Amino acid sequence: MSAMDSTNQHEELHVHAAHNEHAHTDHGHDHHEDHHHEETFISKYVFSHDHKMISKQFLITAIFMAVIAMMMSIIFRLQLAWPGKSFPILESVLGKWAPGGVLDPNFYLALVTIHGTIMVFFVLTGGLSGTFSNLLIPLQIGARDMASGFLNMLSFWFFAASSAVMLFSVFIESGPAAGGWTIYPPLSALPEAMPGSGLGMTLWLVSMSLFIVSSLLGSLNYIVTIINLRTKGMSMTRLPLTIWAFLVTAILGVLSFPVLFAAALLLIFDRSFGTSFYLSDIYIGGQALEYNGGSPILYEHLFWFLGHPEVYIVLLPALGITSEVIATNARKPIFGYRAMIASILGIAFLSFIVWGHHMFITGMNPFLGSVFVFTTLLIAIPSAVKAFNYITTLWKGNLQFTPGMLFAIGLVSFFITGGVTGLILGDSALDINVHDTYFVVAHFHLVMGSAAIFGMFAGIYHWFPKMFGRLMNKKMGYAHFWLTFAGAYGVFFPMHFLGMAGVPRRYYSNTEFPIFNDLVDINVLVTWFAILAAVAQAIFLFNFFYSIYKGQKTSQNPWKSNTLEWTTPVEHLHGNWPGEIPEVHRWAYDYSKPGHEEDFVLQTVPLSASEKDEGEH
Amino acid sequence: MTLLIIAVIVLFVIAAVRVMSIYSLSSEMRGGSKDDIVTDAESKNQASLWVLFLIAFFGFCIWQLVKYGDKVLPEAASAHGPQIDNLFNITLALITVVFVLTHIVLVYQIYKNSGRTGRKAVYFAHSNKLELIWTIIPALALSGLIAYGLVVWNDVIYPGNKDAMVIELYSKQFDWTARYGGKDNALGKSDFRAIGAGNDLGMVEDLKGDDDIIVKGEFHLVKDKAVLFKFRSRDVIHSAYMPHFRAQMNCVPGMETTFEFIPTITTKEMREKLKDDKFNYVLLCNKICGAAHYNMQMDIIVETQEEFNTWVAEQKTWMQTQATAATAELINN
Repeated sequence: MSAMDSTNQHEELHVHAAHNEHAHTDHGHDHHEDHHHEETFISKYVFSHDHKMISKQFLITAIFMAVIAMMMSIIFRLQLAWPGKSFPILESVLGKWAPGGVLDPNFYLALVTIHGTIMVFFVLTGGLSGTFSNLLIPLQIGARDMASGFLNMLSFWFFAASSAVMLFSVFIESGPAAGGWTIYPPLSALPEAMPGSGLGMTLWLVSMSLFIVSSLLGSLNYIVTIINLRTKGMSMTRLPLTIWAFLVTAILGVLSFPVLFAAALLLIFDRSFGTSFYLSDIYIGGQALEYNGGSPILYEHLFWFLGHPEVYIVLLPALGITSEVIATNARKPIFGYRAMIASILGIAFLSFIVWGHHMFITGMNPFLGSVFVFTTLLIAIPSAVKAFNYITTLWKGNLQFTPGMLFAIGLVSFFITGGVTGLILGDSALDINVHDTYFVVAHFHLVMGSAAIFGMFAGIYHWFPKMFGRLMNKKMGYAHFWLTFAGAYGVFFPMHFLGMAGVPRRYYSNTEFPIFNDLVDINVLVTWFAILAAVAQAIFLFNFFYSIYKGQKTSQNPWKSNTLEWTTPVEHLHGNWPGEIPEVHRWAYDYSKPGHEEDFVLQTVPLSASEKDEGEH
Repeated sequence: MTLLIIAVIVLFVIAAVRVMSIYSLSSEMRGGSKDDIVTDAESKNQASLWVLFLIAFFGFCIWQLVKYGDKVLPEAASAHGPQIDNLFNITLALITVVFVLTHIVLVYQIYKNSGRTGRKAVYFAHSNKLELIWTIIPALALSGLIAYGLVVWNDVIYPGNKDAMVIELYSKQFDWTARYGGKDNALGKSDFRAIGAGNDLGMVEDLKGDDDIIVKGEFHLVKDKAVLFKFRSRDVIHSAYMPHFRAQMNCVPGMETTFEFIPTITTKEMREKLKDDKFNYVLLCNKICGAAHYNMQMDIIVETQEEFNTWVAEQKTWMQTQATAATAELINN
């Protein structure tokens, strides 16, 4: 079925539903009831075309992957804090990869690699965009579903397949990919270079190819839906910032993931078909290889052409969610709506011309380095605008500290703390000495890791009632927030000092260098905080699954929000609104607007004669 | 053991579910907590927690600064190093100020505006003036940083020293080899296809290479004398990182990369400064390269010209090494 057919069908559904409402209002509801009865278990829970179900599927898959990636990080943190110490439990879990309870160096690198891959792609790209773009795009723009429910379903199942392949690769004889999540060749191209570059790397590439298909199917669908299926009155300048963020994220994905696919494809050719795109002058395993004339730098350019926009593919949805959650819970309009859109666009544009800052010292022409310094530091301007706008949104608000709100504010804190060190790393002269040290690890774990995951948590707590019809427990939410917040800073802040002491990342142990001897206790501290943060996630997991079944039942609009998703009934139905799709009359941020009784005004409320629409100017 | 752990976790979850049910039942009976409404008391508690957090967080930062502040890299031991350190310190000071001030403002806003029943937020949607302020101020600060950064980068990357001593740093899994240009200060040609027993670097017939000196384990530099490093790799990408000299460059198979600097502090002087008589400058690998990536190192000795001359005189040239090997082969036959 082509996308076109599916769109047509969708429009038919529209017309049909609308027709029902007009002609026999009473039967309109029945129609949907019937529709539900026709669904089988498979069509409702497995191969569902309903964006709300697909969103839940993405979320639960991502949570599963995140738990695995987090446990991996705890295992390698144990080795970093107590190098060489025997933990018998590791042997019982990992078997031959931890002989005598001590982690094997190759498997240490495998854990680091798979931890990074899962977190960046499966949790913060697939999980974050997949969950919230799917849930919110149709609901917030006033559409009955995605433009193509079928492609949407395919997008999830490609994601599921790619997750399965990635997990499977952990269990094979030679171990999973271990060359770092950036898989630079020749290390990743030559099985002679490390065991992880054998079958494990092949599976990694297969998994990522499936992932890219999933991402592209999803992104195209998001873009088409946002552009074509907005309800009457929903102009671009009335869209909630979540939707703007999802739109721009999807565009970034469509433009950059194909380049990663090209990079991966050439790597597959080098690995399996004897080409030399990335390889030259190599002597390994006792013989000179025949590859000649390629360049590993080419791979780095292709990889980071995706890799840097990818940072914003991860971050922008989180920022969009934060804008929405902060405005709702501050009971105030988001400050500088138009400036927020402009900064999203500015960040997105710049994100395509900064990739070279990952390559200052790779042997890339130093003049090119200068250009990338310039573009990179410019990104700080729209980022600063966003941070200040968030803070101003809090000013004279009436802040409702729901767990979602706490996580959204936590994001702002991480965004600042992690963002400012970008000024150091983006400066080529400074990068010489901190490149690939723990300073980098600290920077990106705060600004994109912690910030994005906090955006995701904010979204989960905030839209849980929309997803499951129940609320998550607030007190457990508080405990989860404070332990995770303290834990994340405890883990990543001290790493700046390791970086300034020159400790390289991806070291199995720092014990071989006497100059690092006096830094051992930082690693112990960091590991304890990591364990604390991991335990805090158990609270979240319990709260999440408990609340699905036993949480308090939610009202239709629990946070007294303005956006359209809260005008749909609590019970899910395919098509979202039982009656006609609501018409939109104002922007999404009329909180505490003078002249209104309540401190929120639904987007569906018509403007009175004296009111003007704040989004429109 | 594993079974036991699983059993404990399962029992724990069941117990937690029970406790939660009882708790929510009893709280419902008391007409208690609603998960979608933040009470005034909770609001106050959360606001206070933010203040406490900020104090604890700043305290934690200061504690780290005191505890680890002196464990960062010592003063730069190269001519360009202080330039990088200055830029680093200025940037660090600037971002620390931004970090501290924004966090104070953030938490102050949280505390001051925490929700209360009956309170109404102020409808304040935009202000072009404010947006302009926080576009222009960062833009100005950044222009300064960019300009300063580019000047330093240019100075470091294009040092333009004449007659720098040429040293090749050759990387492979998992060790380093250094090759000096010898008397003519020029490296002989090499080819990866010539690599074999006794010829790790793939040296080929080339007059310039006869006087080359190949060393492992440690290499020596002369204080205040420029050195031009040429990097090569035989297998995967490595990165030659010399943190004390604020120097780093990747070693990429198939191409030659370079980095040039002037060491300014001898090993002996640095040992005195650090009061550590075992201290050594190190070259370490800083690009993931395989299982023993974490232990791919070479010591760097910086010394005076006289000391260096004595050391060099003790080293064998490539020609001498080959002659020795040839003799050994003759004897064996």
